[in-house]
Amino acid sequence: MTLTQTDVDREMALRRAAYEKALAAGAAPVHHPARDYPPYRSSALRHPKRPPVSVAVRYDPEAVELTSPAFGATDVTELDNDLTRQHPGEPLGERITVSGRLLDRAGRPVRGQLIEIWQANASGRYAHRHDRHPAPLDPHFTGVGRTLTGDDGGYTFTTVKPGPYPWRNHTNAWRPAHIHFSLFGTAFTQRLVTQMYFPGDPLLAHDPVLQSVTDAAARRRLVAAYDHALSRPEQSLGHRWDIVLDGPAATWTGETR
Amino acid sequence: MTSSVLPTPAHTIGPFHGHALPFPGGGDVAPEGHPDAITVHGQVLDGAGAPVPDALLEFWGPGPDGEPPRATGALRRDPATGGFLGRDGIRFTGFGRVPADADGRWAVRTLRPGARGRGAPYLGVCVFARGLTHHLFTRVYLPEPTARLAADPLLTSLAPERRATLVADAEPRGTYRFDIHLQGAAETTFLEFT
Repeated sequence: MTLTQTDVDREMALRRAAYEKALAAGAAPVHHPARDYPPYRSSALRHPKRPPVSVAVRYDPEAVELTSPAFGATDVTELDNDLTRQHPGEPLGERITVSGRLLDRAGRPVRGQLIEIWQANASGRYAHRHDRHPAPLDPHFTGVGRTLTGDDGGYTFTTVKPGPYPWRNHTNAWRPAHIHFSLFGTAFTQRLVTQMYFPGDPLLAHDPVLQSVTDAAARRRLVAAYDHALSRPEQSLGHRWDIVLDGPAATWTGETR
Repeated sequence: MTSSVLPTPAHTIGPFHGHALPFPGGGDVAPEGHPDAITVHGQVLDGAGAPVPDALLEFWGPGPDGEPPRATGALRRDPATGGFLGRDGIRFTGFGRVPADADGRWAVRTLRPGARGRGAPYLGVCVFARGLTHHLFTRVYLPEPTARLAADPLLTSLAPERRATLVADAEPRGTYRFDIHLQGAAETTFLEFT
């Protein structure tokens, strides 16, 4: 049977309603997506069926996952956070600046840590050989960047706004425009890979990847805010997106790299 | 920990990260010629036993002395070309990143981790893949020393068949096999840190 967007929208609405009902009955909010989320078809055979085993770090203070790999000046170049300057020519598309802060659950800045991003070009095509979407590749855009956070946890990327693109989750499925983010904290437990979306995108409501986060407030935290103060005259439109890492960290916090 | 700020939700890594996240020498964590180097390899499999060719694995482990390394330089960049310089072959960063190949296979060469606290030596692992909405943590425990394994707080808390999924099989020449089953009868024991 052909699965349509209407079918998927219905499935997603049922899961949101069940979550809201549980929340109203006093269940704790769930901030992360369910690993078993049938509307995202690829999750079917790729989610563990057994619950994860809890490692309570207060009883295991020697867990190596409470520490984190270190990255430094050799691991990024000054141009790595400007995806519009990696080729001799200018990429096509709407030039944007994405800026924000990397924080931990206590709201403290996460300093000197690696942020990596990757994205489709302005036409909605990745510079990846497996992406067969017949939108044009841009010889002046690879769509990969990285940076280290500053002392205030701050980061900035200059890039072009990625286009939405079709995928084969169901008939006529389209991913909303998004930028993939990979983040390290002060502990390996805080490792995070996620996606940033753009405000006002009509595809957000129809996307099983975003809707796998059933908590409405948590979904909103994945959408950047347009911020005119970050827009650069004659250059780029600004978006602000702060990122909060989950997971326990060691109690020491004074060290910076 | 005070938790005054709500976390950013995780998302799948998707299928198109192979030109972005892997870097040259990502699996060559051990300094060149180091006598304590080991190779850990395996395959990532889904619930139907099919390989997961778009998986990405990260490894984080202590040095042979049990101490987490502080060295940077896992993914040294070349400011002249915009490419990668590769690791310097000297410093041990403890961080490895390897994409699964078309058969779902991967290998990482690192230093034999030392024990910490009461626990047995292990490498921390983080698994990402298309279809995996939220990454998975697990651990590769080495099969020796057995006295350490018998005293490890996590391993001793698990039923034997669940514990067995966390212990690599020894092969000749310092090589260990560790398959990762995302789902199914042999499902790997995955961890959450609280």
